Amino acid sequence: MAEHCQPLVRVEANDFDIAAEIDRLTAGRQDVGAVVTFTGRCRDEGGRLAALELEHYPGMAEAEIGRIADEAAERWPLTGLTVIHRFGKLRPGENIVLVVAASTHRKAALEAADFLMDFLKSRAPFWKKEHPAGGEDGRWVEAKAQDEEALGRWGKV
Amino acid sequence: MKLVYFAWVRERIGRETETVALPQEVETVADLLAWLKGRGDGYAAALEYPEVIRVAVDREHVEHEAKLPADGEVALFPPMTGG
Repeated sequence: MAEHCQPLVRVEANDFDIAAEIDRLTAGRQDVGAVVTFTGRCRDEGGRLAALELEHYPGMAEAEIGRIADEAAERWPLTGLTVIHRFGKLRPGENIVLVVAASTHRKAALEAADFLMDFLKSRAPFWKKEHPAGGEDGRWVEAKAQDEEALGRWGKV
Repeated sequence: MKLVYFAWVRERIGRETETVALPQEVETVADLLAWLKGRGDGYAAALEYPEVIRVAVDREHVEHEAKLPADGEVALFPPMTGG
């Protein structure tokens, strides 16, 4: 078995450049046959939402995403993997999270990106607070039982 | 022992972090949650349903049955909603 790729993990307030992140995993390479990107964005919930505030646990956020990314790199033959998660106050239309998975054949990249997102939702220490458009007090988003259940399909981690 | 709190756990307790000296009988994560709950109204509100609280020791998730380390950083927070 070839060596696993070394995932790149970033937790930051700034926005990311999707094209630049794809380029980082593909520039000068001839072995990469598939690149999958997933971008999570802040939605306005039908005009109800003014902003989303993302709190995180500095240090653990990077470490936990790193553990999840390492697990993905062990499970699938990836040529590259990047995960970027933003924190702070984000407005509708802004990016929240980016996963870029690259592989020789498409299935590995598709599955790894799907796996990453399932585990990020329930394991990475981030919490979303919704700030309503009407100016009322913010409200913490509740975790969904189906997010936890979604982990079951990946077997033991 | 350094304790850190996040999201609504932090808001209800009313602080981000504190250092506590634990009584000897507090051995597990579940013991810690029960002990903290008795420390005042904010703690009682934050830990009303201790089973929903997630805990990390030195930045790694642990179960409520886990033994606490002699020293280190223990974080209490609600179920995560990132991604």
